[in-house]
This record gives sequence, C-alpha cells and structure tokens, in this order.
Amino acid sequence: MTNPSNPSNPSRTRDTALSAPARVPTELTTSVPGGVGSSPHRPDAALKVRGEFAFASDLWHEDMVWGVTLRSPHPHALIRSIDITDALTVPGVRAVLTHTDVPGTNRYGLERPDQPVLAEDVVRYQGEPVALVAADHPETARRAMRRIAVDYQVLDPVVDAEAVVAGAAPLLHPGGNIVRHQPIRRGDPDATAPVVVRGTYRVGMQDQAFLGPESGLAVPAPDGGVDLYVATQWLHVDQRQVAIALGLPVDRVRLTLSGVGGAFGGREDLSMQVHACLLALYTGRPVKMVYNRQESFYGHVHRHPATLRYEHGADRDGRLVYVRAEIFLDGGAYASSTPAVVANAATLGVGPYEVPNVAVDCWGVYTNNPPCGAMRGFGAVQAAFAYESQMDRLAEAVGVGPVEIRLRNAMRRGSTLPTGQVVDSAAPVAELLRRVAAKPLPPPVDPAEVDLRQLPGGVANTTHGEGVVRGVGYGVGIKNICFSEGFDDFSTARVRVEAVGGEVAATVHTAACEVGQGLVTVLQQIVRTELGVRRVSVLPMDTSIGDAGSTSASRQTYMTGGAVRAASHAVRDRLLAMAAAELGATATDLVLAGGAVLSTRDGAAVDLAALLGADAVERTAEWRHRATEAVDPVTGQGNAHVQYGFAAHRAVVDVDTELGLVRVVELACAQDVGRAMNPQAVLGQIQGGSAQGLGLAVMEEIQISAGRIRNPSFTDYLIPTVLDMPPMRIDVLELADEHAPYGLRGVGEPPTISSTPAIVAAIRAATGLALTRVPVRPEHITGT
Amino acid sequence: MIVRVNVTVNGEQCQADDVWPGESLLYLLRERLGLPGAKNACEQGECGSCTVYLDGVLVCACLVAAGQAQGRQVRTVEGLADGAELDPVQQAFVETGAVQCGFCTPGLVVAAHDLLNRVDRPTDPEIREALAGNLCRCTGYEKILEAVRLAASRRNPGGRPGEAAEGESR
Repeated sequence: MTNPSNPSNPSRTRDTALSAPARVPTELTTSVPGGVGSSPHRPDAALKVRGEFAFASDLWHEDMVWGVTLRSPHPHALIRSIDITDALTVPGVRAVLTHTDVPGTNRYGLERPDQPVLAEDVVRYQGEPVALVAADHPETARRAMRRIAVDYQVLDPVVDAEAVVAGAAPLLHPGGNIVRHQPIRRGDPDATAPVVVRGTYRVGMQDQAFLGPESGLAVPAPDGGVDLYVATQWLHVDQRQVAIALGLPVDRVRLTLSGVGGAFGGREDLSMQVHACLLALYTGRPVKMVYNRQESFYGHVHRHPATLRYEHGADRDGRLVYVRAEIFLDGGAYASSTPAVVANAATLGVGPYEVPNVAVDCWGVYTNNPPCGAMRGFGAVQAAFAYESQMDRLAEAVGVGPVEIRLRNAMRRGSTLPTGQVVDSAAPVAELLRRVAAKPLPPPVDPAEVDLRQLPGGVANTTHGEGVVRGVGYGVGIKNICFSEGFDDFSTARVRVEAVGGEVAATVHTAACEVGQGLVTVLQQIVRTELGVRRVSVLPMDTSIGDAGSTSASRQTYMTGGAVRAASHAVRDRLLAMAAAELGATATDLVLAGGAVLSTRDGAAVDLAALLGADAVERTAEWRHRATEAVDPVTGQGNAHVQYGFAAHRAVVDVDTELGLVRVVELACAQDVGRAMNPQAVLGQIQGGSAQGLGLAVMEEIQISAGRIRNPSFTDYLIPTVLDMPPMRIDVLELADEHAPYGLRGVGEPPTISSTPAIVAAIRAATGLALTRVPVRPEHITGT
Repeated sequence: MIVRVNVTVNGEQCQADDVWPGESLLYLLRERLGLPGAKNACEQGECGSCTVYLDGVLVCACLVAAGQAQGRQVRTVEGLADGAELDPVQQAFVETGAVQCGFCTPGLVVAAHDLLNRVDRPTDPEIREALAGNLCRCTGYEKILEAVRLAASRRNPGGRPGEAAEGESR
C-alpha cells in the first residue's frame, strides 16, 4: 500500500538535486477507500513499523560531518572572552564558530527577535548556545568543544517571576523584564458575594519530552544558499528566522520537513536550525546535528511554570458572581511565545463558566530560568488547574458536589466570555460533565484478588492494599483553537489530479508539518471525499509552496484541511467543466464519484482517467479562518478567538497514604470534536493528551534550582509509562461548528487541559489534602 | 584504540572497521551499518526506543558497547517483516492506530514481538509489565495495548484468551 519511492515531480526539481541526502523524507501514497469520517491507515504507518521511516535523526549524507553546540553552564553571566584556538587543533575538526561568525542578524524569536543565535557578551540561561563545532565524528566534535575556553563573570540569576512583576529584579533585557501584562476587566470590579473562596496555586515546569530529539541535516547549495532537512512544527517561520540570521534572501534557505518524533509545542522555536546551516556554509559540507536527551532538555522551550492567586465569589447556590485572579507566568530568559501564552491564560482564565464580573491580571516575565514557550494547552493548562481547584473549593463551601457546581455555572452557546466575545457555536460543557459523571465506576480494590501491578507502587510491591484509599475527581477545560488576536492565520495547499497507469491519482502538497498527529491521513481523506478518488499521494512538506502556518493551537486539520478542501474544490470545478464540455452537459448537473464524473440528470458518465488523458489539473488555494481582533491592552475586551474546544474528565485514583504513591485507576473523558474527521486518530489524541495531563498531575517537572535544571534526563524527569496510564472511557461528541470546515473542532489540546485538575481533585477526595501545586509529589501526600 | 567488529545482523554477516571503543551497538547499527530503525531517544536505557534482540534476548542497544556484539547475532526491527509482508505485531500496530509519530514504534514492536514469543495470550497486566520499559509520548498507550491484543489473537487464535480488555472507547 505504501509506496516509498519518490517519482520525479517537475514542481519539486531544484538545482540542488545533486546534493540531496541519501536518506530523505519520501512521498506517501495509498490507494484505498476512506474519506472524511472514516479511519484509513496512516500512509506512513508501514514505514514506521518497519523502522524505515526517515526521522530527522536518521538523515544521512555521504559527505556529512557532525555539529555540536557549546552551551553556557551558568544561568546568568557576562562573557569576557572566548578562545577557540585549542579546539581548532583537534584532528578532524572542520570549523569552530562563535557569534562573530553569524553573517546576518544575530537575533531570532517567534514573536520578538530577542534571542542570539550564539551568545555575545552575556548568557541569560543555563544551556544558552555559545559556540559551535563541526567534525568528522560526533565524539571528535564533543572533545574539541570541551577545549573551547570561555571566560565568564558569573552574575546572580533572576529566578522569581513575582519579584520581577514587583520590580525587584535587575534589568535582563533593554525593554524591561515584563514581556506582557494583560488585564481582563468585565462588569463590576468591586462586586461582592456571600460565598468567597480563595487559593494560591502553583504549576511546575513541564517538558514536552517528545521522543525524537532535535535534529536535522543542512546541505550547502551551489547557489550559496542552504537546504535544511529538519524536524519542526512550522517550516516558514523557521525559514524566515534562519534567512535573517544567515543574511541570505529567503529563497536561498529551503526547508524540507523530515520525520518528526513528536512536538507538542517544543519545536515551534528554533533549536539547531541556524547552527547547522552556519556550519554547513562555513565547512562547505553537509552538517548533521542531533541532540541527545540531556541537550534536548536545554535545547527547547518548556511549559511556563506559574503562580496563580484566585478569588471566586458566588451566591449561596454557588452561582458565580465574580472571579478575580493574578497569574504570574515565568517566561525564562527569552520571549519565545510568552505574549500569546499570557493572552490565553488571561482570556481563558475563568474557565468554561459564565462569570458576570471578572478582573484578571496576567503577567509573563523574563527571568534567568530556562526559556518557556509553547506546550500543548498553551496557557490554558495553568489557568485550568487553578480555576478547577477553585470550583471544587466553591462546591465544598456551598455544600454541593463537584459536578453540580460546574453544571450551575457551565458556559453554553450564547454565553459571553470575560473578553466580551459571545460563544457562537456549540459549547456543551454541561453535557460533557454529565457524560463522564454517568459512566460506571471501576470496582473497588479487593485485597484478596488484586493484582499487585494494579496498586500504587505497582511492581515495586510496596502495598498489598493497606493504607490505600480511593478518590474520584472532575475537571473541565476550555481552549482556543487556531491563532488568535488578529493574527493573519492562513494555510496554502496544492492539489493535482492526473491519470497514472489508467488510475486517477491525486497529489497533495503543503508545508503543514506532520508531527505524528496524523495530518497526512486526514489530508488524503479530504481529497478522497472531495474528488471521489482512491489513490492520493502526500508530497514531502517543504517551503517550495506557500506557508501553512504552525502545527499548533490544534489548528492544522482546521486550517490546512480547509486549504486542501478549497484547492480540491477548484480542481473539481475544472474537472466538471471539462466533463460538461465532453458530455454536452451543464457543470452544475455533474458530480465526482468513484473515479468518474456522473450526471445527476441522466446518469451519463465519463471516466476521469479518460477525461484527463495526458493532462493534469492542478490548483493552489490559500485559505483563512474568519478574522479575529486584538484585545484591548487595558480592559482585555475584544473578539480574540476563532473557536473553542472543550473536554471534561473524571479521574479515579488509588492513593497509598503511607508512601504518598498515586495510581490513576481510570480516566473517563468526553470531548466535543465537531466532526470526527478520523475517529481512530481522534481517540489517539484524547488518549495521548490525557496522558500528558496525567504526567503534569503526578510526575512531570523540570526541577530548577537557582536557574539550573537538576533533572535533564529520562532517569530523573519521569513521563507516564504504560503502567502509569490507566484504561480510558471516552465519549466523542460531534456537534458541528458551522463556521469550520466539515464542522470540525480542533482536538489536540483540550484533553491535556482537563485531565490534570481531575486527577488532583481525585487525590484530594481520597486524602482530604488541599494540594495546591502540580505535580503532586509523594511528600505532599505524606507531609514528610 | 580502534577495533574491528564482526556481527550478524538480521541474518547477514556484517563488519565494521575503525570502531571507537566508546561506541554503542546503537551507533554501530545506525551510523555504520545503515540500520536506523532502532532509535536514539535517551542513551540511558530509560526509553526502550533502541530495543533489539542480542542473541535472542532484548537489550537496549544504547547500553551495549559495539565491541560486545562481536561474533553475536543481532535482530533489529528491520529484520521482523518477511519481505513485503509485515510481522503480525507490525500489522496490528498499523491497523489499530498504535503508531502516531512513530519514534517509539520500532522499540515497542520488538518488545511486543518478544512478549508474544514468550506468552501466547498475555493478560493486560502482563502486556503492561512487558512494555513498561518503552516510553511513548503520543498515544497514551491504549492503542498499543489494542495492537498487542490483536497480534496475540491472530498469532495464537486457539490460545488461552487473555483477560477482557480493560477500557472501552468509541
């Protein structure tokens, strides 16, 4: 079914073809039924199970050398001097580069160009890149790297985000230490209520922990430019930043997406892209860079750690009167996507509830902690832990259950958000909660029967059931889908139809990054549905076609799916016009189905392959979602968002109160996806997203001490294994959003948001503890 | 010191020259023998992405020195399929949606293959224990469990039925 060959395609020929690597991304072709709403197999699945799929770290070129990065050991220091003399003497070394070798502008950044490609006179976080080495063998490069002498003057690191907001920190960047402050003001700022609950909550720094480390291969081109094969989430934003740093026109920097081993936000910022290109241009050789796990922890941004102070006021029935909150997000050393994360935490800060009076202030600040940016849930995760914890406190204060308090306040279609925006499509918050609450509960532990692997501590055999208590908790969340705040968010797609060996074959070309979520499958399905063909090829994603935007904000099926549908419609219109001429019919009486054009009037048919003959029909479409607008910088009012995604979880946990060990027994989830484009992939997103939320609840934290990462390895940074992740009960709702292609709603992020608060609520229910910080550690439970 | 390593990989006699003593079996396979199926995700034996058979026993190739493989038999994920026909474990991973980004897939496929060679119809706790050394960040593991159950039922249709599936989903 899968055809790993890459037949020549005129639209992709370049003058650099001779220097193409030996192991590269390939065209993916399947010829099967399977349109929108079905679950055909991924076109890359067979390659992946065989170990033949070309991930970025698998790329190989006959002439390639290896690049490595020297990073700062200090979170904050001045650089007095850098001496590379010794490193250059190591046999096998091809180049040693510092900031003076950056030919263009030594700055990059997703929203603000504040980050040096290579540090100049100051380093602002531990792990900041300082110098690069290329050598014949990676170990040679590493040894030479250790012979670079950097003279640092160590400074005190700024590590406390709240202190930065209070103005109590030295200046880290010329424009000030506040990256963004976004207030939200709605209704009466002085509203009072008979029931008030307050809390301060903290969220630790989570890592995306994608399994495929940062990697890529840069190949110098005869035109003085460079071809970069890389694992990323957004080819064109990489291209623009790399070109600026290299001082090259954008068309001399060409990117092709290589196999991406997961992303989850961590590949939205540059990592090794400019570095590999620099080394390739200086050495004249293809340069491969692959981070190891430790370097990966230093080499990408993380989820913002947060402190959140909340006050909820409600009437005696628990109906919310006001929410006031202060949210402090630690952006670390560079801005990355902090401004947009601030916007999400602020605008979604009260959760999926109707609240008449809102006063939220959210700050994102610079510190000397590791830079933070995009991770699945993007600002909504931190807020959800706080507002859901508050809803449970409110339920207790009012004397109702956790589901009931949420039902009484649940947002619905027509509700007004704290930004003043009216929710104009389905918002089934109450329905999602009712569904998870109605699921049967797993049976209690029977100590006589239980398999030890199913108790807290598992195979460690730490309990036979004594000291184990059970709890049930709920969480529901809201996430904006697509890019917000007036961003010109669009995608581009080219669809081509031709006859190949008597069969009609369609080809899809976009720059939209497949990072594991299954976009390649969904794009094939859309073409099948729109054009009535079976055989669909997906070309490697690259920058020879227009921008597709980022694979983030749960937007790619919506956006590039929308673009592929638009391009397919343009192809369809041309085919129907051709068939109308052939049949002497009117195009509006014709439809495409089963590789033919059929007349709905008289049943006349013309075979598509015959109609096309030796010709191809190809159309390119650029597609946008409806416009959004910036929020007011003082009041936070404005129609900032395109669409909202909702998910609810019920968690059941067993807690060993003596050892503080938690086992999540079961997760139930209900999510509205608008339209399940590929039901199997939708479940995969819900299961995988829930697992990452579980990780934040009870395991995952990059531990920082005085600006230094203490656990940069999979030995010390724990992510859920198959023993940690429980079985799930899942309900998928399909309430079409009339504004979106096929009625779909972005899927990827909502399940990550609500699973964390649900699990912590369950631990609270089991133990009676307040638990105001995630991840919950054993000592938080044992009090030791 | 530079060494030469002779090793049988997927039934083929292979030789690598100029092997640096610090090189792992994983580096040997990926960078010298052109077999990138085993993945490098942690280099500490924590993630299982580089799982291969060494003389029929599962190992993390990142924790085995290349020199230790001298004269021994290695079987990698590339050696599981019979030509164009996938191994039942591989086929089940494709069908159940157990593959997302796919970086963990080669290691999980080899680990599941080993489990089903040892246990006809493993129960869910047995599957979980056997795969506990393989990290996956995309799937939440549910569809991987489904894949192993499906492969087990096909390989041993008359075998002892495993315990009922734990979850439900639609």
